[in-house]
Amino acid sequence: MKKIEAIIKPFVLDAVKDALAEIGIMGMTVSEVKGFGRQRGHREVYRGAEYQVDFVPKVKVDVVVQDTMVEPVVTVIQDRARTGQIGDGKIFVLTVEEAIRIRTGDTGNDAV
Amino acid sequence: MKTMGITLMVTILTGLSTVWAGGDTTSHESNMEAIALVQTHADYIWTLIAAALVFFMQAGFAMVEAGFTRAKNAINIMMKNLMDFSIGSLAFWAVGFGLMFGVSAGGWIGTSGFFLGNFIPDGDPWVLAFWMFQVVFAATASTIVSGAMAERTRFSAYLIYTVIISGFIYPVFGSWAWGGLYKGGGWLEGLGFIDFAGSTVVHSVGGWAALAGTIVLGPRLGKYGKDGTVRPILGHNLPLAALGVFILWLGWFGFNPGSTTAANKDIALIFVNTNLAAAAGAVLAMFTSWFKFGKPEVGMSLNGALAGLVSITSPCATVSPLSSVIIGAVAGVLVVFSVIFFDHVRIDDPVGAISVHGVNGAWGTLAAGLFNAGGTSVSIIGVQLLGIITCFLWTFGTSYILFRLIHLLIGLRVSPDEEADGLDHAEHGGMAYPDFATSSYAQQ
Repeated sequence: MKKIEAIIKPFVLDAVKDALAEIGIMGMTVSEVKGFGRQRGHREVYRGAEYQVDFVPKVKVDVVVQDTMVEPVVTVIQDRARTGQIGDGKIFVLTVEEAIRIRTGDTGNDAV
Repeated sequence: MKTMGITLMVTILTGLSTVWAGGDTTSHESNMEAIALVQTHADYIWTLIAAALVFFMQAGFAMVEAGFTRAKNAINIMMKNLMDFSIGSLAFWAVGFGLMFGVSAGGWIGTSGFFLGNFIPDGDPWVLAFWMFQVVFAATASTIVSGAMAERTRFSAYLIYTVIISGFIYPVFGSWAWGGLYKGGGWLEGLGFIDFAGSTVVHSVGGWAALAGTIVLGPRLGKYGKDGTVRPILGHNLPLAALGVFILWLGWFGFNPGSTTAANKDIALIFVNTNLAAAAGAVLAMFTSWFKFGKPEVGMSLNGALAGLVSITSPCATVSPLSSVIIGAVAGVLVVFSVIFFDHVRIDDPVGAISVHGVNGAWGTLAAGLFNAGGTSVSIIGVQLLGIITCFLWTFGTSYILFRLIHLLIGLRVSPDEEADGLDHAEHGGMAYPDFATSSYAQQ
């Protein structure tokens, strides 16, 4: 099993979610995060004093899937989340040791 | 025959109406008394409606202060605002009103009317209406300070300060300028000092007390860098701050016109002057911020509206509408530069209270002399300046001593850990927004 972590722009979340549903991914966890990559931030002013805003709001999508689904999921996310502008985000693939469905006790591939 | 019949009719009708009116030689006087009573009732109604409007400014101050400060201190701001009105009311009832409006000792301090002693049950209740109007003014002066001292002041220290400013510092100066409105008579008003609704009496008193407090307190942690950089600490809810300003603007329609304490046509000019100055202040502050920083900035624009309102408070009854626009416009520009100045000298004022109320209270008082509709003169301007300066010396002096004393006895400021944690947790054991994940966005 693998976990796919995708950090994407907030406004593409719906498109990514719908596209994942089309390839059979029916569950995910989404969190609101902030970060920056090479794009960095911008300068703003508050009551006459300037400050640098480096952190940009992003959304992180976590999906845990069977190994065979990794490539389709990554392709879909990349396709739907890409705008071509700086700040599109990143995708990470991690190995998952175990997965358990709390309600039924299912484990492994049955739980994702 | 016909003439006799008509004469008889008229006689009968006159007789009937005389009987009905209860005697014909006194009906003119009793009519005049009845008319005067209607006017008196109208005076009561207007004064008390205005008092209610000024009371509502407490909500305005609370929202402005909450909006311009961090979420972790929102409960503390609410508590400070709730208490400076409540404690202030009690202190002004017990002591303050008497010091301000009691029979004056040489024009320096009132000496009667404590605990509303002038009110006798079944006696003339005007003192009650007048007290109600004056207590909300006293509370305005004291609540100005909570914004400047926000986010790092020990709550218990603030409570002590509130008693002293509402009970002593504010009323004593007030007795010099306004005592004659009731049973007193101050030395300053005797010289012809113009301060119709309190640019100096209320707003500068609050502003200079705030200055003293911020100096003794010191800036918030992280606000100023060692190399002189200013690191903004962002307000957590600018819509709340804007709501607060609108509420204050509304309340000012009680603050200024209500100071006639009489229902008459004078209030129309005062309403118009108040509104024009606020509008001019907001617009000029906005353009000033646009010019200086590249974009129209909301914090400065909001402060501009308030600065306009503070500046017109003294001259509102004695200047023309055109003058009000000019006075408010100058206030709008002045407040922007004042905010920048205080940051430059490392006096941390989260809401701009010193700039809005202290600096523009002084400007408004001076403007009352400069733009006086009846004509200005060196002596008129001189008396205005005298009032401005004595207010600063009295208020800043007594407040500075008070804050130093409080600091010595119980400590004025919270510890660095408490400040980082947030006063909501440290002082009140609560969270203002338990259902929201709050974190500070652009600073530590």
